[in-house]
Amino acid sequence: MKAFTVSKAVTALMLAGLVLLPLYSHLSGNIFILTLFTRIVILALAAASLNLIMGFGGMMSFGHAAYLGIGGYAVGMLAQEGVGSGFIQFPVALAASALYALVIGALSLRTRGVYFIMITLAFAQMAYYVASGLARYGGDDGLTVYKRSDFSGLIDLGNRTQFYYLCLACLFGVIFLIWRIVNSRFGLVVQGLRSNEQRMQAIGFPAKRYQLVCFVISGTMCGLAGALLANNTDFVSPAVMYWTRSGDLMVMVILGGMGTLFGPVMGAVVFLLLEEFLSQITEYWALIMGPLLLLIVLFGRGGIMGMLGRAGRG
Amino acid sequence: MAEPLLRVEKLVRRFGGIIATDNVSLDVAAGELHAIIGPNGAGKTTLISQLTGHLEPHSGSVSLGGRDITYLPAYRRCALGLARSFQITSLLLDFTAADNVALAAQAHAGTSFRFFADARKEKGLRDAAHAALDRVGLAHRADVLVSKLSHGERRQIELAVALASKPKLLLLDEPMAGLGVTESQGMVKLLQELRKEVSIVLVEHDMPAVFALADRISVLVYGRVIASGDPAAIRANEDVKRAYLGDQHVVTHHG
Repeated sequence: MKAFTVSKAVTALMLAGLVLLPLYSHLSGNIFILTLFTRIVILALAAASLNLIMGFGGMMSFGHAAYLGIGGYAVGMLAQEGVGSGFIQFPVALAASALYALVIGALSLRTRGVYFIMITLAFAQMAYYVASGLARYGGDDGLTVYKRSDFSGLIDLGNRTQFYYLCLACLFGVIFLIWRIVNSRFGLVVQGLRSNEQRMQAIGFPAKRYQLVCFVISGTMCGLAGALLANNTDFVSPAVMYWTRSGDLMVMVILGGMGTLFGPVMGAVVFLLLEEFLSQITEYWALIMGPLLLLIVLFGRGGIMGMLGRAGRG
Repeated sequence: MAEPLLRVEKLVRRFGGIIATDNVSLDVAAGELHAIIGPNGAGKTTLISQLTGHLEPHSGSVSLGGRDITYLPAYRRCALGLARSFQITSLLLDFTAADNVALAAQAHAGTSFRFFADARKEKGLRDAAHAALDRVGLAHRADVLVSKLSHGERRQIELAVALASKPKLLLLDEPMAGLGVTESQGMVKLLQELRKEVSIVLVEHDMPAVFALADRISVLVYGRVIASGDPAAIRANEDVKRAYLGDQHVVTHHG
């Protein structure tokens, strides 16, 4: 095995860039880029969590944005009711996401393939409409979070740099956990089930309970992203749960490289930067973005990580 | 006589109007190599699938070591000591040979709800995997992806996977399928070794192999067991000759 590869180098470069970004922002006085990258880091976290079930577990969930909403609404609703402490808001956000994942997973995992995709989509849309109907919490219009989660002076979420580093730490923490999980006993079983479920049953693994636990872990991680996102925008609305957002997350994962540790981060960075800059050039940015993504998916098997891997060999 | 290791009683399985398994009863004693033969479409795979739990019978029962397992799911039977190989190789293609076998060992070595420690560094599992790979003569291919292995090697991995779960009873569904002559001979030699350690139910088309290996043979025709006995008795059985070995027998005796 080679110690140095192109994909490793690019990944390291990207991570270093993420760590040093606030420094650049301060020196250049470009505050916007810090705001943009905070959003990128949070959605990278969501994409990484989706990758755990989609890339490693082979479970094509098309309803992952639901957790962004659940995590976000947990923060927003508690704030609205006067509970401002992050020490309460964040655990509630994670617990609510886990619970939702447990119920949805238990029902969805009875199905496979296209049906699984459709049923996870249907449940997420249901969550979307439920949120739209919450009149007390803004309904369709969404809910403004007037005060960011309060961590009693430990960290100030109102401070852009501190908040950015909190998000980045969460992202790195989640990727570290995913790295441990995929190489653990549990992770090997889940990946084995993706590869050949019949074989795994025959050697003695009940498929569903492993997949369900994986589904819950992934949903909980994405709930964290939701709680951060609500703090980032000071706002949460049903729109974060809409199916197009779930689609965006899938695109990030596929674009970056399914089943790779840093692929989703790469995918999120590229996807959101493209979206940002193309939309500055033309209002028809989607017209350029669409074919571009199509080309990468068609000709870059394994996404960006896959292409970098081949570049390293070739 | 002691309780047989595997007892199948009056097993019936229909597909629409076709009776694929028709009142099949058979016993497999501990330490025995029991072969099941029969022409194509005799219902051998249907029978095996009911033994492994991939298919439910409509009536009748299957018990392992005196315990009724007729309706247990596949993974529970496996925990009770029943391991199988597939007629069409069914492995984790994007895993290495060692990982494939180690997972089988893992299934029988405590809980797999461990999320943090690196499973590939668990010495017990790796050792078990290498021992099983060594047993089938593939220790040198341990770190190769299964998708890069030849068909014959994959057949051997199937066996190693089954062995790694330390089964009481091994169900082998046509282990020689698609193997060349030398590979087949290797497999026969290997099975001759294995049968000293574990009871085996062998479904196989390769007649020389079956007669060389089996303690007892059951002949399945149209879903029914028409004869059961030691190789010599089966060779001499008139029904079997007519139903199965028929043409070949006529040719060799009168040709």
